[in-house]
Amino acid sequence: MDFSFTQQFIQQLINGVSLGSIYALIALGYTMVYGIIKLINFAHGDIYMVGAYVAFFATTFLKLSFFPALIVSMAVAAALGMTIERLAYRPLRKAPKIAILITAIGVSLLLEYGGMLLVTPQPRTFPALFDTKIFTFGNIVVNSQQVVILAISVVLMIILTYVVQRTKIGKAMRAVSFDTDAAKLMGIDVDRVISITFAIGSALAAAAGMLVGVYYNSIDPLMGIMPGLKAFVAAVLGGIGVIPGAMLGGIIMGVIEAMVSGFISSTFRDAAAFAILIIILLVKPSGLLGKNVREKV
Amino acid sequence: MGNNKKELLSLVACIAFYAIVQGLIMLDIIGPFWELNLILICINVILAVSLNLINGFTGQFSIGHAGFMAVGAYFGAVLTVKLQLPFIVAILGGAAAAGFLGFVIGLPTLRLDGDYLAIATLGLGEIIRITILNIPYVGGASGFMGIPRFSNFTWVFFATVFTVFFIRNFINSTHGRACISIRENQIAAEAMGIDTTKYKVLAFTIGAAFAGIAGTLFSHYFYIAHPASFTFMKSFDILTIVVLGGLGSISGSITAAILLTFVSAALAGYPEWRMIIYSLMLIVLMLYRPQGLFGNKEMSLKIFGRLMGGNKRGNTQGN
Repeated sequence: MDFSFTQQFIQQLINGVSLGSIYALIALGYTMVYGIIKLINFAHGDIYMVGAYVAFFATTFLKLSFFPALIVSMAVAAALGMTIERLAYRPLRKAPKIAILITAIGVSLLLEYGGMLLVTPQPRTFPALFDTKIFTFGNIVVNSQQVVILAISVVLMIILTYVVQRTKIGKAMRAVSFDTDAAKLMGIDVDRVISITFAIGSALAAAAGMLVGVYYNSIDPLMGIMPGLKAFVAAVLGGIGVIPGAMLGGIIMGVIEAMVSGFISSTFRDAAAFAILIIILLVKPSGLLGKNVREKV
Repeated sequence: MGNNKKELLSLVACIAFYAIVQGLIMLDIIGPFWELNLILICINVILAVSLNLINGFTGQFSIGHAGFMAVGAYFGAVLTVKLQLPFIVAILGGAAAAGFLGFVIGLPTLRLDGDYLAIATLGLGEIIRITILNIPYVGGASGFMGIPRFSNFTWVFFATVFTVFFIRNFINSTHGRACISIRENQIAAEAMGIDTTKYKVLAFTIGAAFAGIAGTLFSHYFYIAHPASFTFMKSFDILTIVVLGGLGSISGSITAAILLTFVSAALAGYPEWRMIIYSLMLIVLMLYRPQGLFGNKEMSLKIFGRLMGGNKRGNTQGN
């Protein structure tokens, strides 16, 4: 009994980490956008869906292999993210925040139902892009998809950290996020920085979308709603606006979810995600890695 | 005194309107399709006006209204179906249950500000829904079926009138002004000796209770209460109505509820285009009128001076 418990625990931990790295990739986009313009971009989950579909069409119709398809999907999503920002969010930069939020909801609905119209609401089977190898260690099973998901996520996160911490545009992003007005005074083109932030966030979401397609073999136009919401919870858990926080939050989220569905019941999986959200908001609203900001008069 | 007369006049106008519509329904000039839409409009008005009390007047950003609606829908249905109680008891019970839950939830969460409160209410709304989904007593994932159709135009219309009058009078009372002062500037309100937590929780509880009424009316019209009807998308729908009409404008909420329900009904023949047109309309309206159709002004009264973006920006630029 005790033996199998440990095994199941490790098994769920592995499942959780691979699921969590997908949440982390989506959460990064949420957190970056929130950090920079204080907008909960509800359309982000749908960009993840678009990424999955682009990858699907790239692999089935254009017969691309895994990596080219990944790059195509990320590029298309980046362009889409920038377009959305340009058309829907930029004109509202000085409007009340709730107006932008409603616009984001509108964009989200547009992507979902536009997607349904274009690609039909039926789920599609995502092609197997490489042979599934199953590694077994005792009773613990790890398949090659999980390894690929984790590897790609880690690589993308390293690239992102490098871009944000070491390059000029990354510096500009941090400056805008710290104080938009001061950044503007220092000669930073704020609109361009915001645009690039959307591009990067969307590209990461698209990568997550493709990885989910590979993992679950099935995609549909509404697939972005729940993961989007959960990734957002992950971003809040880690501390919204904090990039390492999104990664940590995503992984924790994935692990908790896997544990709940493994040990309690999968119907409570979604409730667990939101319960974490409420607890973190009540105990430490700034998130695990967030800084406390004092209220100024 | 003049105020009382005006109040009476609007009540008479409501009754006259009711008599005309009810007459048209009885004469079958308004068929079942439009009757359904009239009922949906009324339910949406209740939901929007009650959410407006929380979001628009008290300035607390809540996006979990569908959760309270779900509580009302299910609790009311339990009262009528399982306990065989009369409909009015179900309505009051639904309101009490949702209001109580609003109180319990509001007490801890209303300490949060702005976006954090929004996220927390969103999460709570989903938790309520998932909890209901896991209670076999009320049907679980397949929904609570076999609810009698007690709601009709008379019930729904008078519930709506009651909601609008109640919330309008609440806002014009001392308590309401306290709520508005919290919206305008919480710290200043606190400095003036207003117990901000008390009024925030009060507004939240009242808003939740009316959402419960709307829920009970909803489930007793459609024979069924299903968890899928109360997802966060439903909360967004209500929020959309409130923002579209204008935060802090009751007449705005009513107008937007009518407008959006009609748009939705008019597009019912093109199911695949419906949500696309709806979402495009939402985006375009927000781009050109971010403060909502009415801003924070009422149709006739101009009680509240300046708050929303356009106005405020004009002022600061002027300075």
